[in-house]
Amino acid sequence: MAMIRPFLGLATALAMALMLLGNSSVAMAAGIEIREFDDPVMEQRYRDLTGSMRCPLCENQAIDDSDAPISADMRQRVYVLLQDGRADIEIVDHMVQRFGEYILYNPRLENRTYLLWGTPIALTLAGLLLVVLMVRSRRNAAARALSPEERARLNDLINRKRPK
Amino acid sequence: MKRRLLLLLPLVGFLLLALFFYRGLALDPSHRDSALMARDFPAFDLATLEEPERRVDTSLLEGEVTLVNVWGEWCPACKQEMPQLLSLAEQGIRMVGINYRDTREKGLQFLDEFGNPFEVNIFDPEGDLGFELGVYGAPETFLVDRDGVIRYHHTGYISPTDVRDTILPEVEKWQ
Repeated sequence: MAMIRPFLGLATALAMALMLLGNSSVAMAAGIEIREFDDPVMEQRYRDLTGSMRCPLCENQAIDDSDAPISADMRQRVYVLLQDGRADIEIVDHMVQRFGEYILYNPRLENRTYLLWGTPIALTLAGLLLVVLMVRSRRNAAARALSPEERARLNDLINRKRPK
Repeated sequence: MKRRLLLLLPLVGFLLLALFFYRGLALDPSHRDSALMARDFPAFDLATLEEPERRVDTSLLEGEVTLVNVWGEWCPACKQEMPQLLSLAEQGIRMVGINYRDTREKGLQFLDEFGNPFEVNIFDPEGDLGFELGVYGAPETFLVDRDGVIRYHHTGYISPTDVRDTILPEVEKWQ
């Protein structure tokens, strides 16, 4: 991300320079419309909703970032439903009924997705268990004292003069 | 010896993951089940392409197994699948078209040029019915049974192989 930022800045500066030169059509080349909201909460909900739905056609773009015609239709529908006073969950259901679970970047928790959501938790717990078991087995192993021969050999090794 | 075998555990884990992801490579994300499977064809009330004064609704799709094809003049794959659709119509399968996001003029021109396998074409210039059907491109084809329930959904171009291997068996199944 940090690497990309300076380039974005550069691109913006370039776009602004072009606009100043009277070439304003270049800067607005992307086909995503601008919507005005009176209510900042509504605007935030619109952003969150359109940012969390996947374009059914382009496969890895959110509908707020895609200029596919279907994404424009879906943004329009989200906007209309928001103006209509519908709750976020209703709007998401409305879309899923038509385009399928596929459009959700965060799949819902249900029978089919328990494995998907559960695996990271299960792996973390298994890792913790492994660490506990290893620490405990180390602790038990360290309890045995050295035999006299081992101690003598250890002293011998410690006190040995290093060859010049 | 047992401890040694335990050291192989990460390798086994890696191999399982590799297998899982390798299988994923062969999956086509554009082939997914339609959200409308086994649901009623959505309600609509639209004019036909041929006669602007004639309005049709879901009763159009009741009583007979029908293939509903979503097409537009602007869609190249629609032109390519027309021969297949014409042959399906010749075999006595009832076909209804949805002229999706098109103008009347261009739609009629398309039918003149590439043939008309459809009993009637529903005119959907704003893509309203398309949206209700979860259509995200054209061509798309729906198989609707005699009770007006969607039984099969094909996204994209229908090849002669698709006709033989999927479309005809599906139609047969619901006749």
